[in-house]
Amino acid sequence: MPHLESDVLVVGAGGAGMYAAIAAARAGASVVLLDKSLVGRGGATVMAQMTVAAALGHQEPDDWTLHLADTLKAGRGLCNEELAELLCRGGPERILEMDAWGTRWAREGGHIKQETAPGHSRKRCCYVDFLATGPAVAGTLRRKVGETSGIRRISNVAVVQIAVKGGRALGAVGLSVRDGRLATFHAGAVVLAAGGLTRLYARNSASANMGGEACALALEAGAELVDMEFVQFFPIGHLAPRLVGMDPIMWDPFRYKLGGRLLNGRLEEFVDRYGGTDFGRYTATRDLASYAILKEVEAGRGSPHGGAYLDFRHIGEARLREAFGPVIDRLLANGIDLTKTPVEVGPIAHYHMGGIRVDGKMETRIEGLYAAGEAVGGANGANRLSGNAITEALVFGERAGRSAAARARSGAPPWEASLAEPSIERLDALKKGKGSPGAAWPAMVQSELQRLMWENAGPFRTGGKLAAALERIREMRDELPDLRVGAAGAYNLDIQDWFELRAMLLSAECVVQSALARRESRGAHQREDFAETRPELERNQVLELRDGRLCSRWITPMGRVEADRG
Amino acid sequence: MAERNDRRAVLLIRRGTAAEAARYERFEVPYEDGMSVLDALRWIRIHRDGTLAVRYSCINANACKTCMALVNGEVEYTCTAKLTPGPITVEPLPKRPWIRDLVADTVPDDEKLDEEEEPRKRNGAR
Repeated sequence: MPHLESDVLVVGAGGAGMYAAIAAARAGASVVLLDKSLVGRGGATVMAQMTVAAALGHQEPDDWTLHLADTLKAGRGLCNEELAELLCRGGPERILEMDAWGTRWAREGGHIKQETAPGHSRKRCCYVDFLATGPAVAGTLRRKVGETSGIRRISNVAVVQIAVKGGRALGAVGLSVRDGRLATFHAGAVVLAAGGLTRLYARNSASANMGGEACALALEAGAELVDMEFVQFFPIGHLAPRLVGMDPIMWDPFRYKLGGRLLNGRLEEFVDRYGGTDFGRYTATRDLASYAILKEVEAGRGSPHGGAYLDFRHIGEARLREAFGPVIDRLLANGIDLTKTPVEVGPIAHYHMGGIRVDGKMETRIEGLYAAGEAVGGANGANRLSGNAITEALVFGERAGRSAAARARSGAPPWEASLAEPSIERLDALKKGKGSPGAAWPAMVQSELQRLMWENAGPFRTGGKLAAALERIREMRDELPDLRVGAAGAYNLDIQDWFELRAMLLSAECVVQSALARRESRGAHQREDFAETRPELERNQVLELRDGRLCSRWITPMGRVEADRG
Repeated sequence: MAERNDRRAVLLIRRGTAAEAARYERFEVPYEDGMSVLDALRWIRIHRDGTLAVRYSCINANACKTCMALVNGEVEYTCTAKLTPGPITVEPLPKRPWIRDLVADTVPDDEKLDEEEEPRKRNGAR
């Protein structure tokens, strides 16, 4: 079995993971950087469309305290204020560092250009190009990782277990997809930067990486999760007509630049009926817009595919071409002419506010286990502002990498072969092929789980539906050993899918159990049976595994995680 | 999304590894206007055969650039290649070592986990 040693192991090579690797290496640590996909090409960062929020004050006077105030307001009282402060305070430094590394932030009159975005009180969001900011940010970091000595990059390894001994993380076990074998990684500290969990939902804007593996790995390692019920549904994800080769959340920049009218199935404006102001100006926050669209659908006033119309016909071809020329052509190639027909949009799972509970150094309660990026819970509370996700990836990534390097300096307990046994046993059992010829296979069950989560734990929730989902998820976990997987060794996606599914089911259970326990509506969590926001529930739910059982407790939102300990 | 079960696309997919005789497998997939080849491959993995090896990451955004294959003999991103009623032939990239099914070895050499990687200290101080 291949075995690698390093000071710091980084799991996930999107924006947060790559930044963590760079920061750890420049603090003097040797780093192994793993990704299930290809380094720098998987994850969510590469898919980011446009905005990165940071109080640079280049476009107009701004300050990180104003960014923080906006972030806390959007978070509906649930933000971990220490993490939110780190995000807002640290954003400008990271943006400028990326600038020095060659990210071509859009400029205007000699300064970085910043646009307005919903929920931000200042022009704060920088970008490279609409629809291309993510690839540019990922490209810069990929290049920088390649140039930084001390970073060993490894693609196509899916981490399936964090190795912990005596409450101390000291590495991981990974599945090498290329040859179907396990590999072990011994390190002085581990950074989990493997993304969020939006692929749990049938309608999503996720990449293949985001099945909630980071949360499941952390939970099983003994760390806590927080705010798992808060999944952000992006209100205007593309539904129809079928559009290929473009991200389903692509309509956001169109609305930033051009407005675009959101209309129900009867071609009426409707967001104002739900307390928002829209009228083509796009000022409604994401949770409100999602709510408004689905309420119209429920009332029988939706578009044919269960969403709303987004209409640019009043804009005119000249302005459309001026703003989005090449994209207009790509849309025409998809048979979509914005001057003639509106498109259909609706909520899709886009981001997870909850995640792994960490302190201000990004460390979990398991010594030596850190988290970064979307995998971290708490900074954005019950609802995330547009533009905060990439900032969070960069800021938390840098911080986690630096902290992990410092932790690794004190050395790690020695590796023991027995640490990998749980994964070895699982893989051996799978290969023995207990699954009968007629049994379901992992990709099929993943798809069932996605539909279940969409229908029962999506933007609108009820106690009954959530309870039914919980029951089915537990059955599916019991059925895991009976699934059928192929025998091939090389690039056996069945086996990767099985480990993914195992993690997805655990993360899904966390989302559903937390959603069931939160008997109110707040931010992205909307309960039809508890429509009011209850002030006494201005609290966070924390989950942990105790003897294999998921246990939860409520805590007061806090700036300092330590205050809650003991 | 509404599924139109009356329309089908046909794909002929190269299966197996370099060590085996050439083998093409035929799949029928429900077809609707605007679908991509990757949509069809993902449908097959969910509904027909989970063992089909395919490489992709971002699914639909054409951002990760990892889903290339030969579609009707042309190198294309399967996420942007339009599905047609077919039959469409899908094969792995020809100029890379073939791993299995539609997966060719596109991982840069310095990002590979060496099969024989021995326990060793890396360049750290520990």
